[in-house]
Amino acid sequence: MSPRLFALIIKEFLALFRDKKSRMAVIVPPILQLLIFGYAATFDLEQAPLAIYNEDEGAFSRDLVSRFERSPAFEVIGYLRSEAEIRPLVDRKDALLVLHVGRQCSADAAKGEGCSVQVLIDGRNSNTAMLALNYVRSIVTDFNEEQIEQTTGTLLPARLAVLAWFNPNLESRWFIVPGIVALLAMIVALVVTALSVAREREAGTFDQLLVTPLQPWEILIGKAMPGLIVGVGEASLIVAVAVYWFRVPLVGDMLTLLPALVIYVLSIIGIGLMISSFSNTLQQALLGSFLFIVPAVTLSGFSTPIANMPDFMQTLTYLNPMRYFLIIVRRVFLEGAGMEYFWQELWPMSLIAVTTLALATWLFRHRMH
Amino acid sequence: MKPGSLLRLKGIIRKEWLQVIRDPSSIAIAFFLPLLLLLIFGYGVSLDAKNIRIGLVIEQPDSASLSIAGGFEHSPYFAPIHLSSIQEAENALRASTIDGIIWLRQNFAADYLNNQSPPIGVLINGVDANTARLIEGYVQGIWFSWLEQQAEKAGRTLRSPVQLEQRIWFNPQVRSTDFLVPGILAVVMTLIGALLTALVIAREWERGTMESLLVTRISVNEILLGKLIPYFILGMGGLLLSLVIAETLFHVPVRGSLWLLFAVSALFLWVALGMGFFISTVFKSQFVAALVAMVSTFLPAFILSGFIFDIQSMPTLIQGVTLLIAARYYVAILQTLFLVGDVWSVILPNAAALAVMGLFFHGLVHRRTRKRLE
Repeated sequence: MSPRLFALIIKEFLALFRDKKSRMAVIVPPILQLLIFGYAATFDLEQAPLAIYNEDEGAFSRDLVSRFERSPAFEVIGYLRSEAEIRPLVDRKDALLVLHVGRQCSADAAKGEGCSVQVLIDGRNSNTAMLALNYVRSIVTDFNEEQIEQTTGTLLPARLAVLAWFNPNLESRWFIVPGIVALLAMIVALVVTALSVAREREAGTFDQLLVTPLQPWEILIGKAMPGLIVGVGEASLIVAVAVYWFRVPLVGDMLTLLPALVIYVLSIIGIGLMISSFSNTLQQALLGSFLFIVPAVTLSGFSTPIANMPDFMQTLTYLNPMRYFLIIVRRVFLEGAGMEYFWQELWPMSLIAVTTLALATWLFRHRMH
Repeated sequence: MKPGSLLRLKGIIRKEWLQVIRDPSSIAIAFFLPLLLLLIFGYGVSLDAKNIRIGLVIEQPDSASLSIAGGFEHSPYFAPIHLSSIQEAENALRASTIDGIIWLRQNFAADYLNNQSPPIGVLINGVDANTARLIEGYVQGIWFSWLEQQAEKAGRTLRSPVQLEQRIWFNPQVRSTDFLVPGILAVVMTLIGALLTALVIAREWERGTMESLLVTRISVNEILLGKLIPYFILGMGGLLLSLVIAETLFHVPVRGSLWLLFAVSALFLWVALGMGFFISTVFKSQFVAALVAMVSTFLPAFILSGFIFDIQSMPTLIQGVTLLIAARYYVAILQTLFLVGDVWSVILPNAAALAVMGLFFHGLVHRRTRKRLE
């Protein structure tokens, strides 16, 4: 490495870390976010407030109700006496759902006619409503299965034996926390990089840098270094927190994850450098990063599966480096998948990295103001 | 009011307004990003799984096992693929080319005919726990209707003892746009109110133009008000645009009153502006203010507001943290106004919480800015 490139890299690090506030801003928020979001971002239902309106006195319905009382997904907040109590309870959000068992339930069930049970769910948050409905259904299905076998005295003609691979208890935290590695690595690397050129442009020192003997590719390396080191470093730290604090199993190894992480961060840096070459001010660079981060996160599969999106949006996700890295980081964590599974993620990500870095280098020279 | 106050105020507003509309990036944040968010969330975000790729391994095809396969082929949720052996299927599951396996072993048919209750093997990739749980639910549904069919063929009726009748109130078709739009409004208002103002004012501190403003005859109140008004207008503009799009494109219902919607939004915007002002007066650097605004206002509006993740399912400590997030109160009011109506028992306490937060932040900003003058 030539001494002048080395000097440039040192200068870039100083620019980022000399100021105490900016040092803190790069290091503290990601850790805080990881801790808060690691706990907050869950699709598992826990102690959802449930009200029960059971008009029936029989043992059958009491047995059914007790299933709900025992489920950790629900917390019974009250037993209702009349239908009129339901509406205000749900309106006020005191209950997410109400289980309503009719007067004839046990009698109907004894006659073999089947008892109809109503579940009313607050649909204001349709996500939570669907989750709750799914829990209710599975409790009812289990109950039905046992009831049939008990009353007929025979086994069902066939039964389901369900096994979930890689995440046997279906904890959604195991899905979300590795995703946060990808999310935070992107935010940190992008903001740090997008800022470096824009700050110099605003101060007018970038033009001075361009007239030094430094080659464009050397400037590129100098500008990319802080983002690369900070991005990869923080992502590795987050992996450690995920494993030792959140106890998410890391089945695969870091040797598979690290090269993928480096390529991912490089592709983010390329995008960050492009944003900052298009911006004249720091403000534009930051807002530009925002305009990239928001759609990139929503179209990555971070919180909702890509397979559920409409086709043209699925096609768009192929341009998004986060899409590829998310697949890799989750599969390395939970499945222990090795490098041989990831060629179809690694090459598009590398292609994005090379293209954006090359474009950024070109833009350095051709966007003078 | 001091003489000439209105004139000075007008001057500041004009200067601030020019600064906003001359910078394409702030216009993009106020109008382009809401549009983008609405389109992405309106069309792209859904947690309900469709076209699940599932591998069917039937080791000994006969009428019973084929009718199970038929259940999967006719289901709108599944896109089944027939595979010849369990090894092949497990490899496909490992390579993530399928999301689950239905496995009927060699002796399934024989055991079935002998009433031995043979197992139907279901292997699901559990990495995405939420999708896995949905798949399990769909498989159960198919299995049960298959049981009913078989019983009917044998001349018996299989009646499930409990028949579940579900009603989703306020949003019977469970359209996710209906609940996402209120959340997006909160995110957009946070972006304009907190992030944009934090950046712009931190820039004035960074460049020293704030100090020059403070030493003029303009009072602190006039400066703050002059800066508040343009961003307030921008924010309400962003809201109006988002509402129009939500109505024309997604036909989201507004069951509460419109004036209440605007009043509450104005209140929330005022709180967000207070947070933006506060962050910028404390940190005085664009870079730091942007990162702090992002972590303390924007990301919580997404994750801690009840917009995507259910607050009640979070650990108690985190639920406590959400109490400090202004967006939480706004989202609760919006979801009610959009889907239920004017439920005062939801609106009043949440609006009160917003008012307290707004007073707190604006009060702090006043104190800190005044101190600088001494």
